[in-house]
Amino acid sequence: MKVEVLEGHHFLSGDVAVAEGAIAAGCRFFAGYPITPSSEVAERMSRRLPEVGGIFIQMEDELASMAALLGASWGGKKSMTATSGPGFSLMMENYGLGMMTETPCVIVNVQRAGPSTGLPTLVGQGDVMQARWGSHGPYETIALSPESPQECFDMAVRAFNFSEKYRIPVVVLMDESVGHLFERVSIPPKSEIEVIDRKISTDKKRHIYEPDDDLIPPMPPVGEGFGIHVTGLTHDERGYPVITAEAQEKLVRRLVDKIRVHADEIIDYEEFMTEDADVIVIAYGISARSARRAVIMAREKGIKAGMLRLKVIWPFPSKKLRELVEKASHFVVAEINNGQILVEVERAIRKEAVFVGKMGGEPHRPDEVLKGIEEAVK
Amino acid sequence: MSVVQANMHPLDNYLRTERLPHVWCSGCGIGTVLGAYLRAMKNIGMDPEKTIMVSGIGCTGRAAGYVKMDSFHTTHGRPIPFAVGIKAARPDLNVTVFSGDGDLFAIGGNHIIHAARRNADITVITINNFIYGMTGGQLAPTTPETGITTTSPYGNVESPFNLAGLVAVSGASYVARWTSLHVRRLEKSIEKALKKRGFSFVEVLSPCPTAYGRRNRMRDPVDMLKYFQEHAVVKHHINPLEGVIEPDKDFIVGEFLDAEEEPTFEDKLWEMTKKEFLYTSQAERTAWILEHRRHLETLSKIISGRGER
Repeated sequence: MKVEVLEGHHFLSGDVAVAEGAIAAGCRFFAGYPITPSSEVAERMSRRLPEVGGIFIQMEDELASMAALLGASWGGKKSMTATSGPGFSLMMENYGLGMMTETPCVIVNVQRAGPSTGLPTLVGQGDVMQARWGSHGPYETIALSPESPQECFDMAVRAFNFSEKYRIPVVVLMDESVGHLFERVSIPPKSEIEVIDRKISTDKKRHIYEPDDDLIPPMPPVGEGFGIHVTGLTHDERGYPVITAEAQEKLVRRLVDKIRVHADEIIDYEEFMTEDADVIVIAYGISARSARRAVIMAREKGIKAGMLRLKVIWPFPSKKLRELVEKASHFVVAEINNGQILVEVERAIRKEAVFVGKMGGEPHRPDEVLKGIEEAVK
Repeated sequence: MSVVQANMHPLDNYLRTERLPHVWCSGCGIGTVLGAYLRAMKNIGMDPEKTIMVSGIGCTGRAAGYVKMDSFHTTHGRPIPFAVGIKAARPDLNVTVFSGDGDLFAIGGNHIIHAARRNADITVITINNFIYGMTGGQLAPTTPETGITTTSPYGNVESPFNLAGLVAVSGASYVARWTSLHVRRLEKSIEKALKKRGFSFVEVLSPCPTAYGRRNRMRDPVDMLKYFQEHAVVKHHINPLEGVIEPDKDFIVGEFLDAEEEPTFEDKLWEMTKKEFLYTSQAERTAWILEHRRHLETLSKIISGRGER
């Protein structure tokens, strides 16, 4: 049976769900290189894309995958790749080119524990700052973090919508536990899934990088006589290289601002029992599931705990945290790394938070997070 | 505003004239090669609106910025996978990669052999100037042994790549090598490369008096052209392994390989999306793949000089 977009209820892993979400969002090009624990995404796409008229290519490495993604995106296809830490490191080169040339595409990173080859088959959340700052130079990023296969599907759609709307490479920052988790995924009928397509330029006289009021320039098609020039060098609105501080200031300022001015539309989080909370746990991905249980356990012990779950990690919801710090006295951060979102949280609340970190290899046990909560209120 | 056309260059319609003058030094061969490329396009009537040029980083990589067609100046070493992506998405467009030897064979070396192996329907023009010019004259994977560069001040001890030979044995459909002195034959070869369905490759040896010649007893731009004139031996369909370039010795230029056209990578990718391919048995799919496979054993006979042409 060949179906364009899955509908109804399915028992899927996070890796498969993110692939199906991409197809539902209109993804018709995938270039990737096998890497644990993300290979199932590529496997699903290799089977499914031809069925929906899409192209799948297994490239020679991640450098090539990311380059092919950008090429295909300029060729008019919604494009995606999937990888894990070591591959994500290699993709940073053309992640930057995607930022500079404003090329929509989606990178799924199913995080494993690093550094280096680390624990290929076991969970990590150590790529949060790499998603934010991994390529050189100043830019703003969008990264989403699903906690379940259902959210892998939903966030794949949102990631494509963000990438098309803001013309930016978007990262779906999964982790191994969520990627390999099988759960029920409910997919609404195709007509009920909101899909956003990039603004297409129709005016051949208009400069390629002349932005609209929303700071986002419409994207010209190739092969239609627009005669566009696209470069990773600092460029003017014609797309031509200009090697001056003024041109850099103008261009990169806009690249940064086009995300900053829309941050409120992008930022998304879940508040769990935060209304009266005295201590708030900040978590994302698989760690949020342990944290949710820990909050309930704390409540049973009479501690007024709550959780702020980051569904969108970048842009970071600083404003929300500053709001919460007015009400709650204590903050706990649970993540599977050496303290990455911790830095952002402490910057936003302007005081120390209790850190419940793990170097990777297994998700938190709820009692580990509970211990953090108890330490915070002590 | 009316524009007087009398002073137009025959290639002005193919160039972003508002971007001139270009960055290339006097005596550099890149402009000669770009001219040959654009004339070849014009000769065969290739529509610039349906043609995309992709380049990487370096002196040659700047070419994409001067041509009046959709053009992409990508990252160092990655123009080929970028081009593979755009060609897969838009197989109706002509895609050319125009870049240097360092870009395509050092940092991007992995990509060219795989694009050739897949028979991606793109044309790759490589300018081989034996040096990294843009960064000031460092050792390239093509610098001849003994060559003096800013990072081989005592003489290069490495063996250079035989670019045309490497691409020929990797599965390309068309391979040629010329120098910037062989302008007419180069132009003809580029015409053939552009027309060829499948992976086509043209290597052009080209002078860089500023960064290479200056340090290697060819200070005057004409010195290197003289070297080309004295040492280039025109031979076609040689064993690609004979294409090595050694210091102060004769080297071979000509058409290395002109294989029969076979289904391209993009033909196969798009066939896979068709119902007739998908809604059938695996046995039939296997049969289709075998029927459309590349005949590399024939290719291997051609390139070892034993095959019929």
